[in-house]
Amino acid sequence: MSQLPILIVVVPLFAALAISFAGLVNRKLCLPLAVVAMAVSLAASAGTLGRVLEEGVIRYRLGGWPPPFGIEYVIDHLNAMVLVLVSFVGLAAAVYSKRSIEEEMPDKIPQFYTLFVLLVTGLLGITITGDAFNLYVLLEIAALTSYALIAAGKGRAQLSSFNYLIMGTIGACFYLLGVGHLYILTGSLNMPDLHQLLTGMYATYAVQVAFVLILVGLWVKMAFFPVHGWLPNAYTHAPSATSCLMAPLMTKVSVYVMVRIMFSVFSPEFTFETFILHDAIVWLAVVAIVAGSLLALAQKDFKKMLTYLIVAEVGYMVGGVWLANRDGITGAVLHILNDAMMTFCLFMVAGIVVYKTGGHRIENMRGLFRKMPFTMAAFTVGALSMIGVPPTCGFFSKWYLILGAIDAGQWGYMAALIFSSLVNAVIFFRIIEVAFFSASGEEHTPEPRDEAPLTMLVPLGVVAVLLIVLGIAAGEIVETVIRFTVPAGIGG
Amino acid sequence: MNTVDPANIVDSIKPLVAVLISLAAIGAILLSGRRANLREGWTFLAGAAKLAVVASMVPLVLQGKVLDCTLFSLSPGLAVKFRVDALGLLFALVASSLWIATSAFSIGYMRGLKEHGQTRYFSFFALALSATIGVAFSANLLTLYLFYEILSLATYPLVTHHQDKKARSSGRKYLTYILGTSIAFVLPAMLVCYSFTGTLDFTGGGFLAEAGASKTTMTVLLLMLVFGFAKAGIMPFHAWLPAAMVAPTPVSALLHAVAVVKVGAFSILRVITGVFGTGYLESLDLGTVVCWIAAFTVLTSSLIALSQDELKRRLAFSTIGQLSYIVMGAALLSPRGVTGGMVHVAMHAFGKITLFFCAGAIFVATGKKYISEMVGIGWRMPLTLFAFFIGSLSVIGLPPCGGFISKWYLVLGTLDANQLPMLFVLLGSSLLNAAYFMPIVYRAFFCTPEASQFEKKVDEAPLFCLVPLLVTAAISIVLCFYPQPFMDLARLAVAGLH
Repeated sequence: MSQLPILIVVVPLFAALAISFAGLVNRKLCLPLAVVAMAVSLAASAGTLGRVLEEGVIRYRLGGWPPPFGIEYVIDHLNAMVLVLVSFVGLAAAVYSKRSIEEEMPDKIPQFYTLFVLLVTGLLGITITGDAFNLYVLLEIAALTSYALIAAGKGRAQLSSFNYLIMGTIGACFYLLGVGHLYILTGSLNMPDLHQLLTGMYATYAVQVAFVLILVGLWVKMAFFPVHGWLPNAYTHAPSATSCLMAPLMTKVSVYVMVRIMFSVFSPEFTFETFILHDAIVWLAVVAIVAGSLLALAQKDFKKMLTYLIVAEVGYMVGGVWLANRDGITGAVLHILNDAMMTFCLFMVAGIVVYKTGGHRIENMRGLFRKMPFTMAAFTVGALSMIGVPPTCGFFSKWYLILGAIDAGQWGYMAALIFSSLVNAVIFFRIIEVAFFSASGEEHTPEPRDEAPLTMLVPLGVVAVLLIVLGIAAGEIVETVIRFTVPAGIGG
Repeated sequence: MNTVDPANIVDSIKPLVAVLISLAAIGAILLSGRRANLREGWTFLAGAAKLAVVASMVPLVLQGKVLDCTLFSLSPGLAVKFRVDALGLLFALVASSLWIATSAFSIGYMRGLKEHGQTRYFSFFALALSATIGVAFSANLLTLYLFYEILSLATYPLVTHHQDKKARSSGRKYLTYILGTSIAFVLPAMLVCYSFTGTLDFTGGGFLAEAGASKTTMTVLLLMLVFGFAKAGIMPFHAWLPAAMVAPTPVSALLHAVAVVKVGAFSILRVITGVFGTGYLESLDLGTVVCWIAAFTVLTSSLIALSQDELKRRLAFSTIGQLSYIVMGAALLSPRGVTGGMVHVAMHAFGKITLFFCAGAIFVATGKKYISEMVGIGWRMPLTLFAFFIGSLSVIGLPPCGGFISKWYLVLGTLDANQLPMLFVLLGSSLLNAAYFMPIVYRAFFCTPEASQFEKKVDEAPLFCLVPLLVTAAISIVLCFYPQPFMDLARLAVAGLH
């Protein structure tokens, strides 16, 4: 049991290696290997979450080296939850990818699964580590694999990937520069250690500059408006299975890192008191939400529209954290979970639409309620969650975020959330209209049932049900997990 | 309802069962989609079971008990929760009994016109009923909002049933108004209420009284909640209702005369009695504001109804006016006014559903939609038109129909509250109601043989259409003499207010 934390990362890491060799022997082995690795990771993550719930924070020393010299894994409620999320999405996306990869890149199956599992490894590593530099390394692993995964797509995928590469590298540089500052100032890279050493130094400009550098680096990584430019094209042109994995996870993990840096490396006193820009960041989030929503509204391509919604949702989370009160942070952390799930659900639908109709324009979805009732039922649940209709989970994170906004007196942020809900309603009901009403507009020509294959439908169905379960369990999740992620000393 | 004595709170899963029955029926309906008789059998079975469960709670509630059922909690002090009290039960009783009548009518109508997608139709109908009962039994604003939204979405496929261009644009209008107002007004208002008081549970005296916010804030909140529940059709957020008349007539009958619109009016009743509390509103002098808003809607909609030639549209505008009676009754804040408003939920439902059934029966039998095409129709469909006459009397508020009772209480309420202008609004509106209903009946029966557009040969709609409308018409009359179930519940509900 005590070795569970390391299994979460090591199993997929070695599985990636195994998959690339297995591909030389028989490419049919790749998918099962990936699925098994993801399943083990999920089981280990769930076990770890269970332990954290029982015992509190777990600290795991890699190779037994004591910090600050060795690398340490620090697992508390926040990252235990994110670990389960990442490994679950990894598992479901692996199952889902089978038919779509066979269709979209039949000649690159081993390469795809190697990179796929490596990407998940990177994300899990980012989440679990308690070392600021180790985090950078894993950030790069995740980024490099995702460049390759995106570039495997068709059309403008390579250009989009190159664009992402430039932006992603700039982001990583900012982060590294910030961490470098901290290292020079304190001589440490271990997060709990940094937290202590930095306590007396908050007034120093160097510390503040380091903070800003890290923050900006992470913003680029999470596609926080206006440094979101790389995201829409990259996720639109990526292969379906890739975007299913990346869209829910990459931005959310970056938000997690931001929360981690704000509270575990620095402290609430620094971020919300010494650092004077915290109000301004909420307003940046307002701009992100409004701009993301409006840009989404302008799209005629289903996948691209979803990518702009991600940009808006990132605004939700960043704004929520910077509201600097209990409800706001609760809402933001809950939204990491909920938004990942609903994005996942909708991107899986997009993948099915591509698989069945060959494109991802909204036009391609005409008449789909008749042809694929189950897929479209899941789509409807995802859409309602995005709009924020109870009892889907999207409503409940919005609930906390708005309460936080009222508490902080941030009426602009609250208005932006309501505005974005309304825009989402327009966006999704426009699609529902297209899919519900027949092409001619007058006739009811019954089209034959043509449902997606089971390997795609089952993960989609599970996630759609989860969207409702997570909504109903929202109070429970907040009570048992998220309550502990809000740092002590935050009021409200 | 914090004011409810704990000894009178009974934990029971009955409210949950009442909500779930029609939800469970959806599965059965979908599975037996190809065998139409079996499929409709499920609807009737669920309808009967639902009514039985709802009715079985009446004796307990009349003894002054309330039934509690917590589903899941969001945070300490805030849960998605059912609580059956007198007002909720009154509404649930109306909705669940009329569901059965409408199901019978639906069979006659949908099969008579050979409509497509009947399985989908009956499934979403069942879902809509679940949501309606959910609203009726909601213990707090959050639960009410949850089921209110589910109802909005469940009725979209019903409104747009024909799936043609007109249905599409009407559906768009429907959602824009209903979903737009609830997200833009109700949601933030609810959250502000919650952040003021830390609770959303309806209580006999309202929970906002303790918030201690300024009158301006309260006024804004009240207006957001009253306009936000746009299903009540208060002007200027009423335009969705006439648009939604593109739906098949049974949908218009149950949803747009009973369930959906009454959910709106019911929500406003809850806001006035359970969120703000009549006493608190009186101390803020805000009742009058709502009264005038309602009065404007009552008169304007009646005037618009006069000019409508399409029968269903005329009924729709009539509904808009009648809904504002309910709102006005509650806003009078006097016990008899509030009682009148509550009873009107039931009385208007039976009257108006009869009228919609008649419109549907006429359409099935003759294909006519416009009033100008119905001259002399009384000799072709005497029973239907007689029922139409009864329904009109009830809506106008004349004896011997149920509508008389509720209007009587509303009128008394205006006197108690010293709101004389409202008295004149009610009386004026009655005259207008008569002016837009009576000519239809008159010209259906009394016309020269040359002017008649129909042969003098009785040819009624199918029995499945005819029987439900005769039954609801008969009930409308019975309710004038035996209004007890609804009257007692309303009195009890009002007695719990302070």
